Amino acid sequence: MVDVAVGRGSVKDLRRASAATRLRYALKRKSTVAFLMTLPLILLIAVLVIYPAFYAIHLATLNKSMTRFVGFGNFRFLFKRDTFWMVVEQSCIFAITAVIFKALIGFIVAHFAHNIPSGKQRKWRGMLLVPWVIPPAMSTLAWLWLFDPSYSAFNYTLGLFGIAPVSWLGEVGWARFSVILVNVWYGAPFFMIMYLASLKSVPDQLYEAAAIDGANWWQRIWYVTLPMMRNIIAITTLFSLIVTFANFDIVRILTSGGPLDQTHLFATWAFKIGIEGSDIPLGASISLFMAPILAIAAYFILRDVTKRGNEA
Amino acid sequence: MSRRRLSRRQFVAATALSSAALISAPYLRAAGAAGKLAIGLWDHWVPGANKTSTNLVNEWAEKEKVEVSIDYITSQGNKNLVTIAAEAQAKSGHDILAMPTWWPHANSDQLEPVNDVMEPLIKQNGAVNGTVQYLGQLEGKWLGVPTCMGSQIKGPCSRIDLMKRYADIDVQEMYPAGSPPKADNWTTDTFLKAAEACHKGGYPFGIGLGETSDSVDTAGALFQSFGAELVNAKGDITVKTDAVRQALEYYKKLISVLPPDVAAWDDASNNKWLIAGKGAMILNPPSAWAVAKRDAPEIAAKCWTHGFPVGPKGRFAPFLPFFLALWSFSKNKSAAKSLLTQLSQPASIERLVKASGGYDLPAFEKLTTLKVWAEQEPPKGTLYHYPDPYHQQKLSIAASPAPPKIAQQIYAQATLTKMCLKYAQGEKMENTLAWAEDQCEGFMRT
Repeated sequence: MVDVAVGRGSVKDLRRASAATRLRYALKRKSTVAFLMTLPLILLIAVLVIYPAFYAIHLATLNKSMTRFVGFGNFRFLFKRDTFWMVVEQSCIFAITAVIFKALIGFIVAHFAHNIPSGKQRKWRGMLLVPWVIPPAMSTLAWLWLFDPSYSAFNYTLGLFGIAPVSWLGEVGWARFSVILVNVWYGAPFFMIMYLASLKSVPDQLYEAAAIDGANWWQRIWYVTLPMMRNIIAITTLFSLIVTFANFDIVRILTSGGPLDQTHLFATWAFKIGIEGSDIPLGASISLFMAPILAIAAYFILRDVTKRGNEA
Repeated sequence: MSRRRLSRRQFVAATALSSAALISAPYLRAAGAAGKLAIGLWDHWVPGANKTSTNLVNEWAEKEKVEVSIDYITSQGNKNLVTIAAEAQAKSGHDILAMPTWWPHANSDQLEPVNDVMEPLIKQNGAVNGTVQYLGQLEGKWLGVPTCMGSQIKGPCSRIDLMKRYADIDVQEMYPAGSPPKADNWTTDTFLKAAEACHKGGYPFGIGLGETSDSVDTAGALFQSFGAELVNAKGDITVKTDAVRQALEYYKKLISVLPPDVAAWDDASNNKWLIAGKGAMILNPPSAWAVAKRDAPEIAAKCWTHGFPVGPKGRFAPFLPFFLALWSFSKNKSAAKSLLTQLSQPASIERLVKASGGYDLPAFEKLTTLKVWAEQEPPKGTLYHYPDPYHQQKLSIAASPAPPKIAQQIYAQATLTKMCLKYAQGEKMENTLAWAEDQCEGFMRT
């Protein structure tokens, strides 16, 4: 141990100097820089996502006039309502059917696009993405005119072939079909582009090896393409499931939840109750109910992805 | 840096001079001297109507030296309702905000009572109709001042030619321009027979059965004309009554002669129905007629707005008022109340109604005979009976007289039209009533 005689002022200076050095080193660390660069986004998420989420939880625990804490009272009330269970069922039907068709159509179209020579592929990719880049509120308005109760362009076309008009938005079955159709039309390009990117990353050698082994077209898809795309399929499905489950604009514009509430989803019903019915706590409870359902789906899908990641 | 020191003498002299100047100088009021006021008004669909309201507010602001800012908030996509909810949560925003129908009651805890504005206005302009009282007052406290901007009656707008040809009804003779209606025979039965005849003639009445306001309002007025209430004024559920059964039977017959897709109609569908010349009648304020005047003048020239048919319990017409409400968190309440008074002066109301082409309706008794309605054309006098100048109808809102917070749920959930649709689609009467009763039980939440 070396004793060094230093004055009181010198100790302070040394401490200050070492703090400055530590700060300089910290700023030079990659993790610190990364943190600082992501800080604006973290703050943005905190303000726009975390705060509203907790505020929604707070609202869901209040009574209708928002003067009293009722705990899980709003949820208990909802569980006793038939309309609530109808909305749960409809949301599941809507989301699952739409995601399956989006994935299927996206997969098929991605294969077609993949086989187009690279020069023309860019144009096709651009065109196929059009439904996804148009704001859904706008494109759904165009669909509304096509389905219009009295002046449907579809019915006009059917009429040319002597087919009776269809009440696209007035009959339960057709109304559900219509909202799912528009959602598939809007969302399929997202699957297409994700699958296309994934297809491009599958090494050609695997197909060559499969061809040498005598694999036919179906076997190449089943044993080469699909296993190579599994993770991207899982992630895309999860992402789309969340977005589709929380859909609002398509149903709101096309049917407003009708006829007889049979096309309502969580978001549209929450709006109806919370904003149009001035029962904000109940509206918040309805919208919060999506979270556990999606959390369960996310858990299973992501667990599968992680498992495969570990196997690899 | 040198600093000039102020001696005691200099300080006393300066203070005396400043005080003298302040006292003797004329009192100068700059713009904004009486503070600021933020106003959120309904964005009127009639071109030029917003300009008139802006001018009225600015004239008042100039006189009172208040700095004003006006936002016009559309009701498209219910943006106005979202704004009301957001300001109520944030306890901040506009000082005065236009609120439709149920919203003053829904936000009653956060609104400044305006009895001191309303009482002199009622003395001056006459009593307000029952619906305005029902929607605007809570335990003697006025929650807002009814404004003509956006307030409307959704009465029948008939095609003169088609009603004459198919139903043998001369609507101009029944509701003559400039004189009282001769509508004793205009009953719910006549209405149904006319609907059947026009349907047979290929021009069905355009009455929606969707979940939006137009569909609900029509059902509400017809239910009330049968005395059918789902919840009474005391808050008791009264679904299983003969009156409700009668109303449902009536609606079932009516639905059979309406266009087949009415379950999917929204508030634009009936307008399009009339403008396209496909139907003999719709139940709507004169917006459809006004658009027809621009886009299909030959149709507009054959339209006549008039009163509702009378039922066993009276003649009811849907009236949807807007209120100008003052938030309790407003920082300039006295200026706001002064503006509310100014906007409800007969001269101001006349200017607003004129700017809206007769669409806007004042709630005050003495202001339903303005020249503007008599002058509208084509055809001359088409809107004469729109404001119910002879007070022949009971202006009401669907789901009343249930306590407003319950009635709002019945209205927003379109329980009436859903009941009618269920029953018309083959559901048994008792099952339909049981379903409605269960719905109403859910609306009793406090």
